[in-house]
Amino acid sequence: MGLLNRNILVPFSRVPLLGWFFGALVAVTLERLAGTPLAQVLGLQKIPVLFGLSVMLKNPVLIPNVILYTLLIYIVPMAVATRLSISLTNGIAASLFRFPMAITAAVHLALLYAILHLWAGISDYRVLVLRLTLIAVMLTLSLNVINGYMGEFSCSHPGFMALGAYCASVLTIGLFVDAQLVGVASLPPALGPFLFPVALILGGCVASIGALFVAIPSFRTRGDYLAIISLAFMFIVKSLIENLEFVRGPRGLSGQPDWADLPTVFLWTVLCVWSINNFTRSTIGKALNAVRDNEMAAEAMTVDTRRTKIVAFLFGAFWAGVAGGLFAHVMRYVNPGNFGIQNLAEVLAMVYFGGLNSVYGSIVGAVSISLLGEALRPLEIFKWIIIPLLLILVMIYRPTGLIAFRDLDVKNLLKPKQKPDTEA
Amino acid sequence: MVIFLQNLVNALQWGSFYALIALGYSMVYSILMLFNFAHGDIFMVGSYIGFGVSMALIALASWGVVAVPNWLILVLTILFSMFLTSFVGMIVERVGYRPLRDAPRASAAITGLMIGIILETGNLALLGARRISFPSLIATTTYDVGGVFVTNKKIMIVLVSLLLALALHQFVRRTKWGMAIRAMAFDSAVVPLMGVPLNTMIALTFALGSALAAAAGILFGVAYPVLDPYMGILFGWKAFVAAILGGRGSVMGATLAGFLLGFTEIFVAMIFPSTLRDLIAYSIILLILTFRPHGFFGEPYSARLRL
Repeated sequence: MGLLNRNILVPFSRVPLLGWFFGALVAVTLERLAGTPLAQVLGLQKIPVLFGLSVMLKNPVLIPNVILYTLLIYIVPMAVATRLSISLTNGIAASLFRFPMAITAAVHLALLYAILHLWAGISDYRVLVLRLTLIAVMLTLSLNVINGYMGEFSCSHPGFMALGAYCASVLTIGLFVDAQLVGVASLPPALGPFLFPVALILGGCVASIGALFVAIPSFRTRGDYLAIISLAFMFIVKSLIENLEFVRGPRGLSGQPDWADLPTVFLWTVLCVWSINNFTRSTIGKALNAVRDNEMAAEAMTVDTRRTKIVAFLFGAFWAGVAGGLFAHVMRYVNPGNFGIQNLAEVLAMVYFGGLNSVYGSIVGAVSISLLGEALRPLEIFKWIIIPLLLILVMIYRPTGLIAFRDLDVKNLLKPKQKPDTEA
Repeated sequence: MVIFLQNLVNALQWGSFYALIALGYSMVYSILMLFNFAHGDIFMVGSYIGFGVSMALIALASWGVVAVPNWLILVLTILFSMFLTSFVGMIVERVGYRPLRDAPRASAAITGLMIGIILETGNLALLGARRISFPSLIATTTYDVGGVFVTNKKIMIVLVSLLLALALHQFVRRTKWGMAIRAMAFDSAVVPLMGVPLNTMIALTFALGSALAAAAGILFGVAYPVLDPYMGILFGWKAFVAAILGGRGSVMGATLAGFLLGFTEIFVAMIFPSTLRDLIAYSIILLILTFRPHGFFGEPYSARLRL
């Protein structure tokens, strides 16, 4: 470990976030330019889509080639570019840091989007995986508000997601698509992309209203009984949709317009992360932690526990609803079966794998479980033995998840690292 | 009236599955204060073990090693499978719950869920995706009681499950082991200091619960002879609801609530279109829990300050 620190990590200890982004940008640009020829030279049919994991599982003979590809395209260029540009990126980061925080953050986000766009531009599959991963991040974060920050065990998230997905789909299909739900489209499709956010927000609001059914009983009970109430809510929503002929019951709703492209999903995810991060760092976010740790003590310390609980549920459900709406427009087909126990197990796994009470943790959990799920696809059903085993191991050795109880401090994250770290 | 009685018979049968599975949740809850979310899948595993055991016994009988009537095979199947499945329960406890005993309860719930997924997928990987039909060990005889049709299987299922619930009740009330379980449920911190082996007792509750789940699985196989790896999910969650509804850790409550859930589902399907079954059944549960948030036999919870 000491060797690793001295020889590998120390040269990179002064790299600011901007530097890592720069390195990643170099790597994805290189893949854009030289990926296909290199892949062919190495005997791979095309660029390995998810860092070659699925190729390695399908055809173990190619493992060295894939590792070589990953080294040549991602790791070496990224390391070199990051290391060489330390003074440059630190300088830029320092000058950016003098601007208001919003501008600094916007520049970083633009860079991040550029990286993702270039990376995903290689194939449609990457775009789809990336969009679903971003949606998973939103879902995980919104569940973390309730399960992590407030410490309830809520099982109703698929229900909230279903409400948002169906509400947004009904609005967009009903208003903009001919002969689907209510006959001829009443609004011109050109307006669509502008009204799409409205549909998503309305979907989120409907999910919030649904959340009242779980939030109000939570005044009088918590723990297992609340788990049951939320579980019952989930079954009720699923069953309700199955019985609504208006949205075609169990056959599902299809034909959503293709408006949830990568930039849209990325923007919504950023908005979600930003608002949830601010929410949890605000007074009411701290009140959530107080309610979790000791409800009675919190009440004695003038925390309005009822208001806190209801706000947390509405807020979490709102973002779950928005994520559901986006999900419906990414897949362009939803049916009630999408929002069942399976979905619940997945979201719970992401939250508890990544870590409770932490924005970092949710992002890490959602990204790693979704990418792992995609990468292990060649293993077919054994995927569902490996992922649960991994999660059990994480639970045994880190019961609160990988990165729990850590604040996402944007300022600290973006600051230049001019001086060497003296604390270590 | 005849329709009502007919549905009552069906509801009794349906409720006995829920009751037997709910008992397992309740037993574990009373000591560990957490729900074993893999329990629904232990029910599934029990059913498959029952299938294996009965096939083996039928094979033995057909070779003429032992000449036994079919009803005896069924009884032996139930007993053997209960015995074998109790080990599955103990293994689940050892692997998934013992390392997490001091961890937050939600983490243990997640491990339980994951073990459940592993059991399902493992079964799928081992036996393939085809459905297995449970051997029909006893011939169906139908009795016509004033227009109500009662089969011997239904009578047997209801009787066996009531008998098992009663046996568990007596075990918990009358034996030394049962007394230890009750004491542990009362205070699981002090009782181990009095010389009661904690790990053994917890393993015992898992074994008992799993044995009952195996019995439920075989009875289910007798009534509906098609087994598939995912059959435990829905039963597990619904029995979990019943266990909560009964009041946590209460043997009586879990049995009653299991039957109640069966009644609700069957009668909702009788009055309304059957697609509305889940919707109305869960709405009723939501209403019950809103007004009686601690179940029928549970302790009330209060975090509001009473000044």
